[in-house]
Amino acid sequence: MSLVWLYAVRLGGAEAPAGPGVDGEAPRLVAEGPLVAVVGTVREEEFDEAALARAMEDLGRIERLARAHHGVIVEAAAELPTAPLRLATVYRDDEAVARMLRERAAEFGAVLDRVRDRREWGVKVYVDAKPEAPAEEPEPSGKPGTAYLLRRRADRDRGARARERARAVADRIDETLAQVAAAAYRMKPQDARLSGREQEMVLNATYLVDVAGEEEFRAALSGVEAEGATVELTGPWPPFSFATLGES
Amino acid sequence: MTLAHPDDELSLVDLLDRLLAGGVMLTGDITISLADVDLVHVSLRALISSVAKLNEGHDPALPDGALAQAELTGFDVTEVDVTGAPRA
Repeated sequence: MSLVWLYAVRLGGAEAPAGPGVDGEAPRLVAEGPLVAVVGTVREEEFDEAALARAMEDLGRIERLARAHHGVIVEAAAELPTAPLRLATVYRDDEAVARMLRERAAEFGAVLDRVRDRREWGVKVYVDAKPEAPAEEPEPSGKPGTAYLLRRRADRDRGARARERARAVADRIDETLAQVAAAAYRMKPQDARLSGREQEMVLNATYLVDVAGEEEFRAALSGVEAEGATVELTGPWPPFSFATLGES
Repeated sequence: MTLAHPDDELSLVDLLDRLLAGGVMLTGDITISLADVDLVHVSLRALISSVAKLNEGHDPALPDGALAQAELTGFDVTEVDVTGAPRA
């Protein structure tokens, strides 16, 4: 028995991505009116509810699924307006996919209009967190408890000022980029431990950018005043963060 | 500003930021519940602790005031191409 995994819905196009897909399969197409779903035939025992729930416990398997899903969508989106599907969208058969395309045709039309000729770019901003000696030791007052409290307060004040500065850098970059992007979305900053950097992530944002405006977007990023920040640009991504049905 | 082109593999965390929270969400015939997606976060936490162990001696957990000691050192842009296309 087999199931049908959905990668993306796009406007037209007769050629399926080469893949391989999430189950090693060659992706294929299910067309319905102007919409074309990019799908893959996958084994039921590996992709039914129980198997997917198990897969979510296994980071190695999640990673393989995510990379294959992303890879097929990147190929699918190369030439045509494409709405990527969230990971692990699975239907019983092609008829169920076709029915869904008919029912949601207007919403898909709106999403595909929004992402047409646009790509997503991610921007992460880090600031260094290197130890630096406190400015000066508070004068010993004779009371050790008081000196301790003063030191604690000085630490806390420096912490608040630095967080304020980091927030300001993040806001400045985000505001600048949002002005040259078609849409912007701020994600939760990632855990410092996952980046492998000894820096704190203060901005994890993503932008929907006109292909024709990518140069301007990069120029805006380069021009923003963010002394001391490390900025990482990722992309182009298929428009994952801007493909939501039922929003205009 | 420096434009660097590291050979880093596309970060799994960047991918999951988009593939699990973004993309068109449909109720397919087979659905994974939010609880199942939460398991991904459990897995990520496991990854975090294994990464933390690799950084021997260095405790990556930043104390609340860590940013207080921030020393700002120049604006660096690192670029990661996520399409796998060869770079010019």
